[in-house]
Amino acid sequence: MSITETDPVGSGGATLPAPRQRVTMPGAHILVNALERAGAEVIFGIPGGAILPAYDPLYDAEGVRHILVRHEQGAGHAAEGYAMASGRVGVCMATSGPGATNLVTPLADAHMDSVPIVAITGQVGSGSIGTDAFQEADIRGITMPITKHNFLVHRPEDIAQAVAEAFHIASTGRPGPVLVDITKDALVAEGEFIWPETIDIPGYKPTRRPHRRQVREAAREICEATRPVFYLGGGVIKADAVDEIQGLVEQTQIPVVTTLMARGAYPDSSDLHMGMPGMHGTVAAVGALQRADLLIALGTRFDDRVTGKLDTFAPNARVIHADVDPAEISKNRNAEVPIVGDCREVITALREHLDEVDTSRWDPWRRTLATMKAKFPTSWEAWEDGSLSPQYVIKRIGELSGPDAWFASGVGQHQMWCAHFLPHEKPRWMNSGGLGTMGYCVPAAMGAKVAQPDAIVWGIDGDGCFQMTNQELVTCALEGIPVKIAVINNESLGMVRQWQTLFYEGRYSNTNLQSTRIPDFPKLAEAMGCVGLRATHIDEVDAVIEQALAIDDRPVVVEFVVHKDAMVWPMVAAGTSNDDIQVAKDMAPEWEEEEL
Amino acid sequence: MTAERHTLAVQVMNRPGVLTRVAALFSRRGFNIESLAVGPTERPEISRITLVAIVDDVILEQLNKQLNKLVEVLKVVELDESAVRRRLALIKVRATIDTRQQVLEVVQMFRCKVVDVATDSVIIEATGSRQKLEALLDMLEPFGVKEIAQSGQVALSRGNRSISDKPRHPHKLIV
Repeated sequence: MSITETDPVGSGGATLPAPRQRVTMPGAHILVNALERAGAEVIFGIPGGAILPAYDPLYDAEGVRHILVRHEQGAGHAAEGYAMASGRVGVCMATSGPGATNLVTPLADAHMDSVPIVAITGQVGSGSIGTDAFQEADIRGITMPITKHNFLVHRPEDIAQAVAEAFHIASTGRPGPVLVDITKDALVAEGEFIWPETIDIPGYKPTRRPHRRQVREAAREICEATRPVFYLGGGVIKADAVDEIQGLVEQTQIPVVTTLMARGAYPDSSDLHMGMPGMHGTVAAVGALQRADLLIALGTRFDDRVTGKLDTFAPNARVIHADVDPAEISKNRNAEVPIVGDCREVITALREHLDEVDTSRWDPWRRTLATMKAKFPTSWEAWEDGSLSPQYVIKRIGELSGPDAWFASGVGQHQMWCAHFLPHEKPRWMNSGGLGTMGYCVPAAMGAKVAQPDAIVWGIDGDGCFQMTNQELVTCALEGIPVKIAVINNESLGMVRQWQTLFYEGRYSNTNLQSTRIPDFPKLAEAMGCVGLRATHIDEVDAVIEQALAIDDRPVVVEFVVHKDAMVWPMVAAGTSNDDIQVAKDMAPEWEEEEL
Repeated sequence: MTAERHTLAVQVMNRPGVLTRVAALFSRRGFNIESLAVGPTERPEISRITLVAIVDDVILEQLNKQLNKLVEVLKVVELDESAVRRRLALIKVRATIDTRQQVLEVVQMFRCKVVDVATDSVIIEATGSRQKLEALLDMLEPFGVKEIAQSGQVALSRGNRSISDKPRHPHKLIV
């Protein structure tokens, strides 16, 4: 490192702005300095050839903790979990070629679920680009459609600017993943370190403040509606608008539904909360949307798993749609009142317009929904042979761990049961909603535990999902990240099996994982430096959960051997109308009784 | 809703990969693109992409918003009916001693020019709207068109104003 002119960086203390010092250093040092300046406290990654120069200064960087994972996919999901649990930007790092392509899944995942992460990848030397060099992959080209933005940096002096812009883009507007690919020669060569104090990207100006006229119009629609519903999406949590939305609901007494990504944005225990809508939503939540005459959609994107067959979704409703991303508005469902803006700003503005609203107007609507909610609660069947119901297991984990525990899940049946039966009182829930990434759970829980070291962090995983990324438990054991993982073992790819039961005459093609035989999950856990526990009977459930909760010096894996025929209900079959929701196989609710 | 032909002028940062992003967006979202032309502008750091897409109004709005989401896209403006639209075509057409005079008459009628002559063929350079070039090709077809190279459409709106004066979101004022 060499410094020209008088004052070295960091000597500080000068009262007058000194003429800018020229500080030159290798690109690798610029990168690490830039990451520190951007506020990266933790990086999940694996070194390799092209990124190797960056790992040298990282070795003694005091402001940054690098956590050496076992697979780059784990690094990406850990960055997501860290971001979800900290509200900060998660960072992952990988080398070129296979290192970078292993990040593709978590990048796509973060893109779908709007999670702010920055991925730093090494690239082969500039001179080798395009020659099919060893470990070369065009990761910028590959990740264009699955990142919010990405960079390929060739020169050391451009690294800091790219890192600063990457953090800015990842964390503002609609959050998302940004990839910075840096050539090896740029990491090695010397360049000037200039940290941009302000960032101005001409083509990137997210609209935060909603248009006043649109908010006024929304308030007017609400006051005139007979059957309004708050349809809350993950954007409410991303915008840190949980207090604001609770205030708005309190003030208006309008019923609420929360999507899979918004579980915890509003407390489940509230009478006004109808639960989760969608393919596996509650009857009350699905019914509320289908019967509504006004949807107040906040930070949500009318995903097909929520709407079902689009042209029969909420057929009588007008739509107010607020989102920070204008492209989501009227993408799937036309909005009568579009509002572009940050959810917190929109909700705050709506509160001002609705401070004297007459809530009695919606008494009949609330009564209708309350009746529906009471009549069709989410529940499960108990098995006569005493084998475990997965729903019961998940409910007990939630109850014994309390509302402040964080929960990550994998994808499939156990994810839906988590959505229904965990105590979603606060935003403490993370899962792969949009992409449906099996294998998300263990690394995401690891990232969350790093972000919230004093909190209880559970990963509730399936036996299928767990076998995709469980090796990160080695990372957890070695790095002192005592997560708790519940493996809900139904010895099959349960959700696919459920579809085979319902739509393929029970022909269970390749869904039998035989995982009650192999692997032995507690032994596998112990081999990875974790405590391994198992429960097979209802009487053992509380005891193993208590045991897991009592351990905080090591990761714990608890296998719950559950009945493989347990199904997720209610269900709206893919491609059908939400009106055809079934509460159990061939059992549709009798809607007529609930008509207003 | 019926699909119609729309011309969009897209100002982008003049950086590597921008054209890929725009083109990839069209394929990723399934937008139907008819023509795409890109070139430098009066400002060296900015390029202009002229897009012609055949889409209905809902898709047009999505297309516009998705383009605006690209960090390196500065502005998207839809050009109205009156805009000046031009394409360039180079057409190699058979022209023997017997037919050359007739070919030259067509060239004159369409106010285009011959830029290369060989014993059995000529190359015609023509600029104009899509309709004009189609009409020209219809007239040349009987002589035998051997090869065609056509550019995408470029377009400018008429009058004093430039693209930089126009609002960012022309379709729906929701911001």
